[in-house]
Amino acid sequence: MPLELYLDLHSQPCRSVFIFAKKTNIPFDFKFVDLATGQQYGEDFGKISVVRKVPVMRDGDFILTESVAILKYMAEKFGTSDSDHWYPADLQKRARINEYLSWQHAAMRAHGSKVFWFRAIVPIITGSEVPKEKMDSAMEDLTLSLKVFEEKFLDDRPFIIGEKISLADLVAIVEIMQPVGTGLDLFENRPTLSAWRDRVKKELGEALFDEAHKTIMHVDSLPQTFENNGMLEFLKPKIQKMFN
Amino acid sequence: MALEMYLDLFSQPCRSVYIFAKKNNIPFDLKTVSLLEGEQYGEEFGKINMMRKAPAIRDGEFCLAESIAIMKYLAEKYKTSDHWYPADLQKRARVNEYLSWQHMGIRMHGSKMFWLRLLIPKIMGVEVPKDKMDGALEDLEGSLKLIEEKFIGDKPFIAGEQISLADLVAIVEIMQPVGSGLDVFEGRLKLSAWRDRVQAEIGKELFDEAHQGILASQEMVKNMDSSKMQIFKPKILKMFL
Repeated sequence: MPLELYLDLHSQPCRSVFIFAKKTNIPFDFKFVDLATGQQYGEDFGKISVVRKVPVMRDGDFILTESVAILKYMAEKFGTSDSDHWYPADLQKRARINEYLSWQHAAMRAHGSKVFWFRAIVPIITGSEVPKEKMDSAMEDLTLSLKVFEEKFLDDRPFIIGEKISLADLVAIVEIMQPVGTGLDLFENRPTLSAWRDRVKKELGEALFDEAHKTIMHVDSLPQTFENNGMLEFLKPKIQKMFN
Repeated sequence: MALEMYLDLFSQPCRSVYIFAKKNNIPFDLKTVSLLEGEQYGEEFGKINMMRKAPAIRDGEFCLAESIAIMKYLAEKYKTSDHWYPADLQKRARVNEYLSWQHMGIRMHGSKMFWLRLLIPKIMGVEVPKDKMDGALEDLEGSLKLIEEKFIGDKPFIAGEQISLADLVAIVEIMQPVGSGLDVFEGRLKLSAWRDRVQAEIGKELFDEAHQGILASQEMVKNMDSSKMQIFKPKILKMFL
């Protein structure tokens, strides 16, 4: 029985899992969980995961949440000596990857997500733009994360751990693409970041990269979807909390 | 050259690294970094970790930040007992699942509570508005519920029969709001029972040693000179934007 991956490609961690499985030829059933319609809050999905988030992986009886855990599980279970570079056995290289994967939750991911919400989602729900000082503050945080990324995590290396692409680069690129999907060109005037993005795209394959990012690059249909599914009312209190 | 560990035991991730190293008899030079006094912004520390956070380690030429990366590195290098980070694929995945979730799941909420209850009133001179406090408490309670129901469930420890990095990382984060005077264990039987098991596995003496500082925070913060803590003002103002 192939793996089941519960995914919505609006979600950054879903994209990294999707890309990794496809790139390394791991057979899987794509189980679409439509976040824009609130499917994650339904009874069926609640049986898969009480946390009600995506991605989720089901391997036979074994259900696993959290993309970082899922990626490592897949790398370990289906990996070969040729694909070792994704999550190398070498102690220091692995530590560098773990360092990035740990740091990024409260940094790149948090800040990129916030900018995405502020630009693409909050205005739909509240009917008005996010106040300037809040938007500026969020952009400041994202800018700082990108700076740390370029200076510490990339430095003058082609990829985060050196010569080869790893899980760290994959997780990084999908998070950076989130605010890009709202029309914010984060690569402009960032030559180090752009060069790295080009290398990552090349390693993953442009077709696969574009396939994974098609959804996020076209978020204009979200307003109508939200309205059709009662998500406006549902998300209002959540947004209010963000601004409290 | 010995392993150097740059720690401040007020910080949850510093405590987990400290407890892990001590419990497993990993020799290290303790380099204290006083976070509330801003020592992380000094020139020397910047060479160890340009992100200016603790914990950080220096092992010969190799510098490493992020407690989870550090503990996995130490576990592998010093060949600690398998249960800390099991080789079994599914058990390891359960540990990784918790370690990933917890950053934004509990760490963020527990830390926030500590700031809202102790540090912000001290530095800004005013109590935090009720609606913010209530919101933060709600988030923390949601996290604790999920820890009890999903991560612990009806198992003795998060990964199953034995303690692992997941339990260690969990307990130090949960102790942070406790240090601010909030008894999160009250009324939570499952969490309390788990805490007792974790404490027993770590050893009461080591657990208490690591938590001595944070549990004395209320008194300590009261006596601090708030004029020396003004570097934190911009961070605090940002939290309330």
